[in-house]
Amino acid sequence: MALLQIAEPGQSAKPHQRKLAVGIDLGTTHSLVASVRSGQVETLANSRGEHLMPSVVRYLADELPQVGVKAQAHLVDDAANTVMSVKRLMGRGIEDVKRLGESMPYLFEACEQGMPLINTVSGLKSPVQVSADILRALVQRGESSLGGELVGAVITVPAYFDDAQRQATKDAAQLAGIQVLRLLNEPTAAAVAYGLEHDEQEQGTIAVFDLGGGTFDISILRMEQGVFEVLATGGDSALGGDDFDHEIAEWMRQELQMPTQLDLAQLRFLLRLARWGKELLSDESSAELSFEGWPGDATYADLELTREHMNRLLDPIVSKALRATKRTLRDAKVTVGDIAKIVMVGGSTRSLLVQERVAELFQQPPLTDIDPDRVVALGAARQADVLAGNQSGEELLLLDVLPLSLGLETMGGLVERVIDRNTPIPVARAQEFTTYQDGQTAMAIHVLQGERELVQDGRSLSRFELRGIPAMAAGAAKIRVTFQVDADGLLEVSARELTSGVAASVQVKPSYGLSDGQIADMIKASWTNVEGDRSARSLREQQVDADRLVEAVTIALAEDGERLLTAQEQQGIVHQMEQLVIARNGQDHHAIAKQIEVMAKASDTYAAMRMDDSIKRALAGKAVDQL
Amino acid sequence: MAITITQAAADHVTSYIANRGEGEGVRLGVRTTGCSGMAYILEFVDKISADDAIFDSRGVKVVIDPKSLLYLDGTELDYAKEGLNEGFQFNNPNSKSECGCGESFNV
Repeated sequence: MALLQIAEPGQSAKPHQRKLAVGIDLGTTHSLVASVRSGQVETLANSRGEHLMPSVVRYLADELPQVGVKAQAHLVDDAANTVMSVKRLMGRGIEDVKRLGESMPYLFEACEQGMPLINTVSGLKSPVQVSADILRALVQRGESSLGGELVGAVITVPAYFDDAQRQATKDAAQLAGIQVLRLLNEPTAAAVAYGLEHDEQEQGTIAVFDLGGGTFDISILRMEQGVFEVLATGGDSALGGDDFDHEIAEWMRQELQMPTQLDLAQLRFLLRLARWGKELLSDESSAELSFEGWPGDATYADLELTREHMNRLLDPIVSKALRATKRTLRDAKVTVGDIAKIVMVGGSTRSLLVQERVAELFQQPPLTDIDPDRVVALGAARQADVLAGNQSGEELLLLDVLPLSLGLETMGGLVERVIDRNTPIPVARAQEFTTYQDGQTAMAIHVLQGERELVQDGRSLSRFELRGIPAMAAGAAKIRVTFQVDADGLLEVSARELTSGVAASVQVKPSYGLSDGQIADMIKASWTNVEGDRSARSLREQQVDADRLVEAVTIALAEDGERLLTAQEQQGIVHQMEQLVIARNGQDHHAIAKQIEVMAKASDTYAAMRMDDSIKRALAGKAVDQL
Repeated sequence: MAITITQAAADHVTSYIANRGEGEGVRLGVRTTGCSGMAYILEFVDKISADDAIFDSRGVKVVIDPKSLLYLDGTELDYAKEGLNEGFQFNNPNSKSECGCGESFNV
């Protein structure tokens, strides 16, 4: 039975044509999936009512990977196979990863394309594969919550993600079998969640202040007629709410003169207490910190932490974030007075101190009505609903802009820009070029990204050749080069010689991305997994059937086995039952099914005897007309 | 006869309309399509037309066009949960058979 949602007037979908789409916030530590139902946008919970899913995947030797809370529980005891923070590796080469100097407990191996691969018990896993496993879990949650197959998803990415990182995210979605309706910048999604794209008169500049557990991002957006332009992004990749907890924990340690070296359990105790106090002080002016249950020999008296004192402790961290904000405003060439709205994102912006200091800097209160953990996913869901075609025409399609200019190399190592940065996408631009030498029959096309004039300073995206140009005098051939950028910011370049019609084109795949062959292999591998998935399911089903049969027969034997059956018959049934239990504890669902059949046959006569017996007893002593 | 809605359905409709910011009530209807002949329509109401029938049930205005009323008279709109999935459900006494998915029906 399908459950229906309320549609907009005149927008009821035909049966089996409901277009279900979700927004996905694929985060470094947590991910979320959200959707619009009956006109209401909401994040979707799992069966335990949890909305945030830890972005953690644990690979097992012979089973499907665990994702989320289950995987997170093994971060310590199975560190090498439990992958977290994979977003930091997306679209990176192994050299980049080494340079990042991140202390990750994984064994990396490089593949030919230079992509880092993580060595797990279930084989080598690329960051793209790990992300795909996370996406798959989110899509499954979306499908079971919405009751049908999804037409697609809007996935959010940080505004500073480059082409390679965006492509890697798209590859992950393809691998997970989900169509990407759009990749959306995270700050843009947050602004959309607040409906800021509808403020016609607010042709304004928006600041998105995103303070998560471990990272801080500040983005300055300019919005004009539904086009969001990213003016500047900044932040600190090692600054977040975790630092708040550490600061408070350190204060407790000093205050109570604890030894400098604490063990892991003690450290956890302090951090948990710090977080508890921090959250309490959002409502109360002071918190009583109790050290009851301290994992150690010493005993400590209760400690009082006032909000005022906590603010003094945390102030240096918040100030650091505000300094980065001011720097980013300067980069965007805007002043505090230009900012029309400030959107708060990330759990740590719940802190009153953060809200006060941000309000102080911008001279106006920031927007905090929407849960800062969910705001990005909610914005993505709203955009997904529009893109799936579930809204009436008035709803504006949101556009992003190209973050960096695109161009190609011309003689002398110069960059000729074809599409300027901040051009709204999708876009196609063509430019004509000609040959440099008499009789030139081929032309090398070198596609570059960046704002610099010299090839050596830009980022090389791709090279390809146009061959078969008829021999002509220099300057006579007309070669039209077309740059086409789709709505996700991905580029296709084609070249065509106009007199002869010879053409060549390339879909620009950033060098860290996956080749089509690799993607095909991975998709094939995911089919094999589906097979494994299915046989795991059949096994479970047969086991349940077997258990049910064994239980029923055991009860029946206890009830009247002695009375109705000879000892030999009883033994026969018990023997088959034992065989069934052995099969049930094995892994072969065919064997279980077969033994269930044998067992059923063996007990068939017994079942018939029981039936006769109970009818006999029901009828005993009754006349026919009494029935 | 009339169209009614359960308390659970009424609570959800009321909160969705409040969240949407506008809307008179909820429109129920049928149209001929789908694998078993008829399909249900469930929409927000911005405009009530002159020949619409209106039922007030548990504080919610239930709007229905006269043709649909023929097929829906006596229907109760319910709100149900099935695992993670939740949504509205038509308990229609006129329906003789439903397609497996329940999105369309036959009278």
